[in-house]
Amino acid sequence: MNPKIARHVYGWLLFAPAAIFFILFTHYPIVRSCYLSFFNNPRGVQPRRFVGLANYAYLVNDPIFWQALKNNLIYAFGTIPVTVSLAILMAVWVNRRMTGRAFVRAAYFTPTILPMIAIANIWLFFYTPGVGLFDNLLKSMGYSGRNWLGDPDTALLCLMVIAIWKDAGFFMIFYLAALQGIPKDVIEAGKIEGAGRWYFFRRVTLPLLMPTTVFVVFNALINTFRIIDHIFILTKGGPDNATELLLYYLFQTAFEFWDTAYAAVLTVVIMAILMTLALAQFKVLERRTHYQ
Amino acid sequence: MTPSRLWLQLETVAAWLLGILWALPLLYAFWAAFHPAAYAVKFDLAAPLTLANFIEAWTTAPFARYFVNTILYTTMTTALQFVLCTLAAYAFACHDWKGKDLVFSLILIQLMVMPDQLLVVNYQTMTALNLVDTIPAISLPYIASAFGVFLLRQNFKQVPIALAEAARVEGAGPLTILLKVYVPLSKAVYLAYGLVSISWHWNNFLWPLVITNSVTTRPITVGLSIFGSPENGVNFAIVSAGTLMSVAPLLIGFLLFQHQFVHSFMRAGIK
Repeated sequence: MNPKIARHVYGWLLFAPAAIFFILFTHYPIVRSCYLSFFNNPRGVQPRRFVGLANYAYLVNDPIFWQALKNNLIYAFGTIPVTVSLAILMAVWVNRRMTGRAFVRAAYFTPTILPMIAIANIWLFFYTPGVGLFDNLLKSMGYSGRNWLGDPDTALLCLMVIAIWKDAGFFMIFYLAALQGIPKDVIEAGKIEGAGRWYFFRRVTLPLLMPTTVFVVFNALINTFRIIDHIFILTKGGPDNATELLLYYLFQTAFEFWDTAYAAVLTVVIMAILMTLALAQFKVLERRTHYQ
Repeated sequence: MTPSRLWLQLETVAAWLLGILWALPLLYAFWAAFHPAAYAVKFDLAAPLTLANFIEAWTTAPFARYFVNTILYTTMTTALQFVLCTLAAYAFACHDWKGKDLVFSLILIQLMVMPDQLLVVNYQTMTALNLVDTIPAISLPYIASAFGVFLLRQNFKQVPIALAEAARVEGAGPLTILLKVYVPLSKAVYLAYGLVSISWHWNNFLWPLVITNSVTTRPITVGLSIFGSPENGVNFAIVSAGTLMSVAPLLIGFLLFQHQFVHSFMRAGIK
């Protein structure tokens, strides 16, 4: 065979095994979801029929969808600033010499490696009304307990606390890596100038951590559309849809209500949000490179 | 003592307090699992220790089977990811072929939209392939991983061309060069990717929940969700024991190889 053609054939052959599975489980489902979102559900022997934008019209008028979107935003904007601040704090603390550093670092990081289902099992008991740990603590201090997960005012908050506890240690390690990447001469210069720890942190460390923060914030945002396992154990979207997040709503629509057409619409919405987020991240990073 | 030294000591105390706070939920699960149910919220140092909760959990649900399923599914996924992603990364990093750049950008779409969100169509595909409720079905959507291709490609690109050239001059074919030059020089990345992938899939829940419906395929996360659900009415001491049992392999692995874990996650996260 002509060596010039062989080169192309060889490249494609190496890529082919992965290509099959990329197409089958990523690209085909993306296209197929878009396609299905314009059709109704097949009924018995009746095949599916093109319905134009009817499913999207239903989406716009679906109060549960809007509630789920709102919950997703509250969940994201409620957890991410706290998680990121804690992650930075943890990284700065663990990055210097101190007694028992190994224990502290392990304590911060351990929740990260546990499955969300296991974590939810443990926290479920904390939140259980009457006999749970929180209610017992409150009672011992003379307050009355409450139904943390059964009350629409507190249920989402309960899930958010768990997310913060699980993720802060995970994002800590990216900050730790970034801190260790700060050139030694910058740190030395700060010391010679006599910069205080807080001043140095605010004026030197924090700006240098900016690319990490961009990375972490976008990853955390994406995670809110990915990690919903705790909802299965703790609330199942309730009470009164107070903990309905988009991906959980997609799951329910597809596998509890078996409404494939509407599930396709929800898939398209989630994909659109994720792609917008990725483009935004790309733009932010691109703009930042001018300063470096 | 200078003020800044005092400040540093205050920071150490704060770091410790936060560490204790962070460790408490897990420590509490240990407390509940190793004591009779009556002591679940009664913190008495004289409380009798017991393994009864573990025995009870182990006999109530088929944990052994769940473990086998999880190990099969996780090993299968990681092994196939290694093979497919290595070949693809090699094609992207070291070969020049038509359509390479376009294909690469198409792959990166998976970094935004993952199989986790595409579960509806993937479920239909598995039905069509007659694979619903099998262990390969849990694995297959994840084995072509954009993340893996990306990570390995970056690493292969850093291997000096001269090494590959030297092997070529000695008569080595492209696959031999991959196996004798590129793969051995990327051991650290394979370790990092392997650890991240194993812990990720060990913990994966939503897709396995959807695609499995029997004891013979269910991984530990799905089994645990059934075991721990409140409808089941199992008391908290036993749920704690079951929960600890199912995270034990990962937790022990992490505590033993903490350094590798942290470094792997660091390495895998920085693109």
